Amino acid sequence: MADLETFRNETRSWLEANCPEEMRQPVHDEDDVYWGGRNASFKSEAQKQWFEACVEKGYTVPAWPKEYGGGGLTAAEAKVLREEMGRINARPPLSSFGIWMLGPALLKFGTEEQKKHYLTEIARGEIRWCQGYSEPGSGSDLVSMQTFGEDAGDHWVVNGQKVWTSYADKADWIFCLVRTDKENKYQGISFLLFDMESEGVSTKPIKLISGNSPFCETFMDDVKVPKEQIVGEVNRGWDVAKYLLGHEREMISATGGGDRATSLGSAMSRQGELDAVLRAEMAMFDVDALAFTAMSEKFMDELKAGKGHPAQPNTLKYAGTELNKKRHELIMAAGGSRSLEWDSEESDGGKPARSWLRTKANSIEGGTSEIMLNVVAKRILELPGA
Amino acid sequence: MALYHDDDQAMLADSASQFMAEEGAIAKQLRHWRDCECKDGFGHELWKQFGEMGFAGMMVSEDDGGLGMGNVEAGIVLEEIGRNLTPSPFLTSSVMAGTALGHASADLKERWIPGLVSGEHVYAVALDEGPKHRPETIATKAERSGNGFRLSGSKDFVIHGASADMIIVAARTSGGNSDNDGITLFAVPKDSSGLSQDAVRLVDSSVATHLKLDGVELDGDAVIGEVDGGREVLNRMLHAGRVGAAAESVGVARGAMDLTVDYLKQRKQFGRLIGEFQALQHRAAHLYSEVEIARAAVLKAQQLLDAGSEQAELMVSVAKAKAGRTAGLAVREGVQMHGGIGMTDEYDIGLYMKRDRALSEFMGDAYYHAGRVAQLSGY
Repeated sequence: MADLETFRNETRSWLEANCPEEMRQPVHDEDDVYWGGRNASFKSEAQKQWFEACVEKGYTVPAWPKEYGGGGLTAAEAKVLREEMGRINARPPLSSFGIWMLGPALLKFGTEEQKKHYLTEIARGEIRWCQGYSEPGSGSDLVSMQTFGEDAGDHWVVNGQKVWTSYADKADWIFCLVRTDKENKYQGISFLLFDMESEGVSTKPIKLISGNSPFCETFMDDVKVPKEQIVGEVNRGWDVAKYLLGHEREMISATGGGDRATSLGSAMSRQGELDAVLRAEMAMFDVDALAFTAMSEKFMDELKAGKGHPAQPNTLKYAGTELNKKRHELIMAAGGSRSLEWDSEESDGGKPARSWLRTKANSIEGGTSEIMLNVVAKRILELPGA
Repeated sequence: MALYHDDDQAMLADSASQFMAEEGAIAKQLRHWRDCECKDGFGHELWKQFGEMGFAGMMVSEDDGGLGMGNVEAGIVLEEIGRNLTPSPFLTSSVMAGTALGHASADLKERWIPGLVSGEHVYAVALDEGPKHRPETIATKAERSGNGFRLSGSKDFVIHGASADMIIVAARTSGGNSDNDGITLFAVPKDSSGLSQDAVRLVDSSVATHLKLDGVELDGDAVIGEVDGGREVLNRMLHAGRVGAAAESVGVARGAMDLTVDYLKQRKQFGRLIGEFQALQHRAAHLYSEVEIARAAVLKAQQLLDAGSEQAELMVSVAKAKAGRTAGLAVREGVQMHGGIGMTDEYDIGLYMKRDRALSEFMGDAYYHAGRVAQLSGY
């Protein structure tokens, strides 16, 4: 414990010296978030300085081993760092699907060579990744996907289409599920990595009901993928994908419910008087939101201690996303006609309405609420035939 | 502090779970006492066993002869009580009166604590005036009289009042009915002259009383805490009672859910187990999710309360509201998914519905506590 206190003091001074004031302000625009990659540019000198200081310490990925560019912190130390960063509202130095999704999968399934190469690139923010999972014909039933990699000796030739690839138009590389055996449904999928600049890869952005989005369609037309660019064994990519989906659900549910530390009813009532029944609904929402915050905290504490049911992220994802949708319904109701504005300056380009619409995807992306309930019914409640 | 039970607490949960499943089982306790129309609604033998197990005095400090445990530990016992619908005076005596007596004079402690620790005494609390829980307003009066006080007024929903050796009464010694100050708590012995109780059996087979204080004369040493300054101890007692009732509600929710999920795995219709139907699977999974959230909220509130945190009050109301709504969902889904037999007295699921109704009303329902959450959040 004394060591942890020493670490906390050191961390505090390090943050004081290295986290510029500007990086302690809330994120406003898309480009306030640094995603890294070949074509990345910094919005400001402060953003660059903060990012580089973190790379130096391995604090873009504090809990990853040092030999892969991480900070080599223990779980307890990483928690202290998170707490100290939270205390001064420090922004994350780097946001990336490499950190949240591919990294954990590589740590578990990658070869030593892959870890050294790819994890280091991710930690240093050199390569920006996107995820190729869903297809037009394969949403909830992901395993039915058709994108096919034909064996051509030392490489595969990949043909097909992915959809909902976030930031595919900005990413350098993709981790992609590709069918490599048409006879075996589950054991016929491989987890491949390839450069988005490979010949035959093209992307097209998708516009949502909420407006522009990071989502794209990604097309693969005779794309050559070298055989060494596979994670895990050939035809065993579904294991990697499932593992990774677990992480995605944790990530989505961790943000579920929005800013839960503050009371929604209190924030909304400052904008104007709430009708009695709306106030009552806000109060019930605040009850649900604060209770859910406790559930998230309990889940994270149990995860760290290796307790809790392995299927619990599904519960959290379900509850968190449903709560967030409810939250935005109430925000719209409290805002009245003001929250209907679509592109006015006053509404910050229709932020309330666009956010409200965007939350409708929360319970679809990363596994629909209905799929989450199926998993809970089958794996936790052990109901028959589910 | 991590938001799960530590090793000692997990051990306590194991022993409480085993004890309640064996000794506190529905057939052995709730149905037995209900069917013989017991005037107490619970068994004194079981209550003595609570004493032997160390449960009865668990929240009493070690200096005073108890185990010095907190709301987390009491909640562990209460969750098992809820799962088994075990009738006992644990919540009113050990949790609420126990919390209040911790702030009493040495004389009062000496008089009332040993009987609590051994499970020989039963205590009740008389707070509500009228059919809804609104302890902000207290009209029952205590006027100075000689060396002591003279109490007049009436109280409702006094659970175990008829069986109690002593009843803690919140009365007004000064100020207007809704003033925060001017409240004093009294330890009123059962045989006090001028005290009368009208016992009523409730929907869950528990027994409450309408209590009348008709010039009840008490010595000054019957006061718990400060004269006129009783609100603070009252609040501590309320917080402990509310989070305790919330923990019992979580137990009721779990008990009803477990019974229902088991039934889904046994009952066949259309040649299939009804648990195969997705319409029921999703409702069961949603219920599970709510129960998990309620459990976490209750544990968080217990920990904050035990740590003396400023946020405890808000979280206690969150816990009581969430647990109440969740248990309500659990019992309604339970009866519906059991179908026709869910309506029969023979099956236990209906007993859960009855208990939930009484428990969610006790110490403020979800509407009251959601209102408090709004108020404490400044709207």
